[in-house]
Amino acid sequence: MNTTTTSTTRITQALPSAHRIRLLRIAREVNIPQGTRLFEEGTRADRFWIVRTGTVTLDMHVPGRRSPVIETIGFDELVGWSWLFPPYVWQLGAEATTSVRAYEFDATAVRLMCEHDPQLGSAVGQWVGKVLAHRLQSARTRLLDLYAPYGSGSAL
Amino acid sequence: MTTELSVVAPPAPAVRHAEPRLPVPYRVIARWPETPDTVTLRLDPVAEALADFVPGQFAMVHCFGRGEIPVSVSSIPTTGGLAHTVRGVGAVSEGLCAARVGDVLGLRGPYGTGWELERALGQDVVVVAGGIGLAPLRPLIRDAVAEPRRHGRVNVLIGARTPDDLLSKYETRRWATAYTGVTVDRPADGWSGEVGLVTRLLDRARFDPPRSWAFVCGPEPMIRATARDLVHRGVSGDRVRVSLERNMRCATATCGHCQLGPVLLCRDGPVVGWDRAEPWLSVREL
Repeated sequence: MNTTTTSTTRITQALPSAHRIRLLRIAREVNIPQGTRLFEEGTRADRFWIVRTGTVTLDMHVPGRRSPVIETIGFDELVGWSWLFPPYVWQLGAEATTSVRAYEFDATAVRLMCEHDPQLGSAVGQWVGKVLAHRLQSARTRLLDLYAPYGSGSAL
Repeated sequence: MTTELSVVAPPAPAVRHAEPRLPVPYRVIARWPETPDTVTLRLDPVAEALADFVPGQFAMVHCFGRGEIPVSVSSIPTTGGLAHTVRGVGAVSEGLCAARVGDVLGLRGPYGTGWELERALGQDVVVVAGGIGLAPLRPLIRDAVAEPRRHGRVNVLIGARTPDDLLSKYETRRWATAYTGVTVDRPADGWSGEVGLVTRLLDRARFDPPRSWAFVCGPEPMIRATARDLVHRGVSGDRVRVSLERNMRCATATCGHCQLGPVLLCRDGPVVGWDRAEPWLSVREL
């Protein structure tokens, strides 16, 4: 019986076990105190994380205002994808809203592994692509302003 | 809002009104705001009562002098008294929202199909509500958590636009479920919960897809996104029960306003299996 997750974008579901094991070998287990900023928009994307416990929020800088939270990320989910694509710069900010235990990965090391092993590179690219597609689809659906009085759009 | 469960009206005699198109007078015996634009009205028959509602069914609720609209039951007499939750978005619904304790409204019903939670006996249950869609699901959730041994793990996933738009905030916390998740699109200051589309909560829910039943209510784009996601995860389409909404007028399968493809939703819905609903919702003209 599946007691944990039905997600298809988590590393445990999306990556073949051999590739997952190779990646996890270079992971560092970290404890991130509540309130820690993991990264800031516009800075160099040199790491990424997979959350084991706790919650991370993604936010966007709005000049003169408190950064609004765009999305929350939890158990077994990927935090950060900008490390995979040039110019390797974070597009959003991230903060631990609870204390977080996570696997932290050195982005340069992972990119080098991917370059040396095209199969691993393809698997990692597909995994991150899946995560991106899922988040893009969610963001697009949210753009509909679903819960407005009449939903989005005009009646036929 | 905290009086929601403490005010329990005595069960009224179940006498079906002889003329189904005439509204039966019901008195507002309790009223509480759920959100700035949404109100729940608890109703008691002035004289004779309508037949018993089951979760998922709806009534045509009549605001005298304004008209009537279809509203699903948000509470039934066996688990908290008959109640309807109304969002003020038009002349009739705003009139209903303005009703005070003691006012008399008209009710016709019960109409349509129910959620049929009994089908999920011994199975995991996933309830997904978007916005005011939680109201029709509330009696189903109450039934599911009241008898936990009848089902596997019960999951309740709730999405809303902002924290202020969440219904049943106090009751939600009390539901003894395997997982209750609440997410909003636009968090306010001080919101420490989830932010994102309600389907993201499916990642956190605890259920075994082939052994699960899902019950989904909310705006149709959200229903589509959720049902597709559930099917993608392995829940059979016929086990995804969705509540659809169309322009219901007569509620007696006569006028045809609520036609969706080959069915009339006032009679054959509002609750239908996703395996039936998906082809209809894929047709652009419907």
